[in-house]
Amino acid sequence: MSLQENISEIAEEEIGTSLWKDAWIRLQNNKMALIGFFVLIVMIVLAIIAPLIAPYSYEAQNLPLGPTPPSWKNWMGTDTFGRDLFTRVLYGGRISLAVGFVATAVSLGIGIAYGTISGFIGGKLDSVMMRIVDILYSLPFILFVIMLMVLFGRNFYLMFLAIGAVEWLTMARIVRGQVLTLRKQEFIEACYSLGLSNKRIITKHLVPNILGPVIVYTTLTIPSVMLLEAFLSFLGLGIQPPMSSWGLLISSGVDTMEEFPWLLIFPGLALAITLFSLNFLGDGLRDALDPKAAKD
Amino acid sequence: MILEVKNLSTSFYTRNGIYKAVKNISFSVAKGKTLGIVGESGSGKSVSQYSYLGLIPTPPGKIENGQAMFQGIDLLKLSQKQLQKYRGSKISIIFQDPMTCLNPYLKISTQLIEPLLIHKNMSKKQALILAEKSLEEVGISDYKKRLHAYPHEFSGGMRQRVMIAMALITEPELLIADEPTTALDVTVQAQILELINELQKKKETAVVFITHDLGVISNVADDVAVMYAGEIVEQASAKNLFTNPSHPYTKALLKSIPANHQAGEKLFSISGLPPDLSKEIIGCSFTPRTSHKTPCNNKASWVEIDSNHWVMKCPQCFELGI
Repeated sequence: MSLQENISEIAEEEIGTSLWKDAWIRLQNNKMALIGFFVLIVMIVLAIIAPLIAPYSYEAQNLPLGPTPPSWKNWMGTDTFGRDLFTRVLYGGRISLAVGFVATAVSLGIGIAYGTISGFIGGKLDSVMMRIVDILYSLPFILFVIMLMVLFGRNFYLMFLAIGAVEWLTMARIVRGQVLTLRKQEFIEACYSLGLSNKRIITKHLVPNILGPVIVYTTLTIPSVMLLEAFLSFLGLGIQPPMSSWGLLISSGVDTMEEFPWLLIFPGLALAITLFSLNFLGDGLRDALDPKAAKD
Repeated sequence: MILEVKNLSTSFYTRNGIYKAVKNISFSVAKGKTLGIVGESGSGKSVSQYSYLGLIPTPPGKIENGQAMFQGIDLLKLSQKQLQKYRGSKISIIFQDPMTCLNPYLKISTQLIEPLLIHKNMSKKQALILAEKSLEEVGISDYKKRLHAYPHEFSGGMRQRVMIAMALITEPELLIADEPTTALDVTVQAQILELINELQKKKETAVVFITHDLGVISNVADDVAVMYAGEIVEQASAKNLFTNPSHPYTKALLKSIPANHQAGEKLFSISGLPPDLSKEIIGCSFTPRTSHKTPCNNKASWVEIDSNHWVMKCPQCFELGI
């Protein structure tokens, strides 16, 4: 009797768990992903409140001080202009994370819209849209960025555009693939039989179903975007001093890494930790959202 | 008559040729009655129904000719937009596989009320009350809680009940049940059939019941149309068809029901394959299934052998049987 009560109690609790909730529960069991998630949140919070907690100004130079190794006064030391590195890493995080998230969001928006339309309508439109993607794919990225720089001059926002323009291509392909398989699923056909319009089918039924793989890919896109930013800044095509980004800090750190290694180590660590967290989180999400694992 | 379909033909224009999936078929359903459509896989059962609902993807599909009068309106002349207003509100479908027909990411409640929201302009609150009632009607216990569950928390039989509730929630005039019990085990099958029957009686819905299971048909149908290679080869009231099956194909189908065999007897199956629908069929399409393999050049004709008992009669194959 008591066993039956127990079972019905469990059953009661179980009713109404969505696949999302299920995935969240599975994610919580994945230690690495959870740690990654929290580290990431800490990073984001630190970047947001940087102006409040930064001990110094990020651009005020103190030439007589010059480069000093980490100390109680300057936790990460100072750079060759005597600027506090901790402050600069905090501010650099603002730029790097902003580029990472905004450019990814841009690529997400374009990619989902483009991929869904292409996959859903199919036929000739699909081939044309996908050939356009292929053509853009084949453009060398650096050439593209340099062209943009020549046309519009050096501009912070241009970087979002440049990175977004490259990253949405893969997203569009992934989304299209998902939509192609979903479109033939019976529950979508059932939607037609209920008299739903295409618009409603896409927004209410298709998009929620492709979100799983899209979220996973997003967590993997953010690191690659941040690396791209670092790469562009490293080449001198991205952020300009005295603004800082992790990529920029790393590139200037490289110049002096033999004499003042902390200038390379700390920004490098910040970038590496963030990328690791994102990758672990992405891995965990992929396992958690895997529909095959959802049945256990 | 709720629905009167006349001379409907549907073809698929594919790379490998034109498949004439449905050829000149006519049928009708009256209010509160059930028309059973039987036939083997690929005989055009489903296509014959989806054609007039605009559910055939075009291209490759094309409705060649015909007329489908539903409440005085020819559905074949309507645009997709206009048809959307019929589908799910006046005409509903129950699909074969309940496991894949519900969106796994949405709550049952969200999916149940969708037809009400788009067809009846109801508020969410009103719709949810109706949804609760409809779940109760299809016999789901603990329906108040179950309403907010997700599809993966339901068993196959329960999902099919949900599908039925969803199809009937707008009180359609016509229900198309496309092999609704094929994916279910036998005990659940009986319950579902009973449920459809009961709800049909209560709401006087006309039903088109598609199946390849003659046992099921004999339980639910008032009239039966037997389809073969895209044509209706025999059409009669269920009683007439089962007491006096006349087309050799109908006879063979009845003969292959396992229950009609002695224990230990080898199960009967129809030899040969149905004709390739992409090729022009000369003469009688049933020739490849008969025991004599010589092509038959007779044109089969549509003959009324009894009152309202029609048969596609080919003089040669008809006499020979199988």
